[in-house]
Amino acid sequence: MTGVSFDPAAAVLWIPAASALLLAALPDYRLTARLNIAASLATFLAALSLFVIDRPPPGAYLLVDDLNIVFIVLNTFVGFTTSIFSAGYIGHELETGRLTPVYLRFYHAMYQTMMLGMNLAFVSNNIGLMWVAVEVATLTTVLMVGIYRTHAALEAAWKYFILGSVGIAFALFGTILVYMAARPVVGEGPDAMVWTVLVGQTAKFDPALLNVAFVFLLLGYGTKVGLAPLHAWLPDAHAEGPTPISAVLSGLLLNVALYALLRFKILLAASPGAIAPGPLMVTMGLISVVFAAFMLYRRRDIKRLFAYSSIEHMGIIVFAFGMGGPLANFAGLLHMVMHSLTKSAIFFAVGHISQIKGTQRIARIRGLTVTHPALGWGLVVGVVAIAGLPPLGIFMSEFLVVSSTFARQPLLALVLVFGILVAFGALILRLTNVAFGEPRGSKAPADASYLPMFAHLALVLIAGIYLPGPLVDWFQHVARLLG
Amino acid sequence: MQLHSLAFDVSHTLAGGLVLISFLMLYQDRLYSLLNVFALHAVVLALSVAWQAFIQDAPHLYVTAAIALVFKAIIIPVALHRIVQRLGIHRDIEAAVGIGPTMLAGMGLVALSMVLMLRVTPEADPLAREDLAFALSVVLLGLLVMVTRRNAVSQVVGFMSLENGLVLAATGAKGMPLVVEISVAFSILIAFIVIGIFLFRIRERFDSVDVSTLDDFRGERR
Repeated sequence: MTGVSFDPAAAVLWIPAASALLLAALPDYRLTARLNIAASLATFLAALSLFVIDRPPPGAYLLVDDLNIVFIVLNTFVGFTTSIFSAGYIGHELETGRLTPVYLRFYHAMYQTMMLGMNLAFVSNNIGLMWVAVEVATLTTVLMVGIYRTHAALEAAWKYFILGSVGIAFALFGTILVYMAARPVVGEGPDAMVWTVLVGQTAKFDPALLNVAFVFLLLGYGTKVGLAPLHAWLPDAHAEGPTPISAVLSGLLLNVALYALLRFKILLAASPGAIAPGPLMVTMGLISVVFAAFMLYRRRDIKRLFAYSSIEHMGIIVFAFGMGGPLANFAGLLHMVMHSLTKSAIFFAVGHISQIKGTQRIARIRGLTVTHPALGWGLVVGVVAIAGLPPLGIFMSEFLVVSSTFARQPLLALVLVFGILVAFGALILRLTNVAFGEPRGSKAPADASYLPMFAHLALVLIAGIYLPGPLVDWFQHVARLLG
Repeated sequence: MQLHSLAFDVSHTLAGGLVLISFLMLYQDRLYSLLNVFALHAVVLALSVAWQAFIQDAPHLYVTAAIALVFKAIIIPVALHRIVQRLGIHRDIEAAVGIGPTMLAGMGLVALSMVLMLRVTPEADPLAREDLAFALSVVLLGLLVMVTRRNAVSQVVGFMSLENGLVLAATGAKGMPLVVEISVAFSILIAFIVIGIFLFRIRERFDSVDVSTLDDFRGERR
């Protein structure tokens, strides 16, 4: 330890916690928006320091290991860039009267509480605590989805709340079952919920109980990942909430649930008698990819379009982790990072676009590259990236997923490629309408900060061309951990 | 030995009672009676948790029991009563599915959870495994209540009965850390606040808490 008192794992928790309280107390929105950015930056820096500062040994509640550092750094980085985007976005919402200053206070406090929940889910070493953290993150996003209080927003929030609660209930039941399986071996009490204790002794657990537990956990956390057929909340929640929330939902919250699932997958993989979690995840992943790909064609709302694209990509990621093995896990991790960066960049663009045009309907948005070159071309690059074209990062990760699958299960790879191609067609079809052609709608200049969007896209582009050696080593190491 | 079998029988009776009350909930077609049945559900849950606290010699579980009794059996039903009254929706609620099929589905779910839980836990002690089987039944029946109702208040009641099943499972798992029990209680509290806000807003905006009226406003069907 370089400092006696500085513990980065705790810092990523107390910074958001303290700022949530502070932001709830301050009335001026310009100040709170800046403070929100500052707090997010501080959290990001604390997360980065995890790389350099010696890690504390795993405790009863907190754990920092090679796996979750990736998630925490990604989470806090996107949280930081989204807070910059959000500052510009909410200013406009205030002018148009969609939000009032009181709601903004609430919004900023909720934003930091959500960051707290997500970071806590990543660093928790206790499966009960992890469940609580996911629940906190979910409830705060429910509140933010409903913040406009329109008919549609309330319906979306209600649906999200009900489906999310059922999911979270199943996840808790699965957690209880894991405890039941661990109790005869580890003994009663708090130790039987500590992940690092469990993972060493899973081989001795009752495999049948673990199997049932994993099915519940997959259903529960899978609902939050947005896997078909449990995805029904996702498009509505993305479309009706404020766009910064859509960006963090797609870019971050889905990853949180995925991370929880991965932790349990590692547990199960250590037990020889239990079912392999892989095939279940592969099946759900493939269903999500193909289903979402076809649903993309019928979308008329631009945020819904990209919400379905998130389902597709989460399907690809879950598929990759389900296949397992060093290469597929590596591809899955890379794809997750690329998708988070790209999708939040797209939502940044879409947020400004829908504010300028005053609509989210795709049919009313035309010729963006002519009227708003920066936004339009940013969107073009983002969609090209998300559709999986070279030379951007998603092409590389998708290529890795597909090629590693072809070597082992050619038939599954065919289905996956089919899904990706169908989705590709839909995205390009929509993109040509939105970005090119006769301009339609308002031509008012965008009062926007393009920095977050282009920063994300630049990272995705760089990753597609050249991945630094240390990063590759790190990812490969984590991929091996995932089994 | 005598005491042990008594302990077994009582906790069995209470957990079985919860399942029965869940069935009662399935066919209540008036909001007030649904709320009353839910209050009964919470009382039985409190008794069951208290009994577990007694036989496991785990005093912290009495807190969970007290929360179930005070919060879920008294405060929430009373508050929901008032909401229902204020909204003037106390006449009747339409179930999306008829009572017959609902009851049959309920029986199927209970059978499913019995078969599943008893089969996978042959080695666990009989008290815990049967408790778990009952708990899963209550969870699934709560889910069924949520699925078959269109009204926001009754969906909330279904959700809370589902949470009751989770509490039953958590307390049946001997020695489960307090963290989780508090969190369960806490999540119900938060859930209720959220729901309270929702109901308030929904009423404020459209004077209706029938979720199906909201369905028309899906973004795609414009």
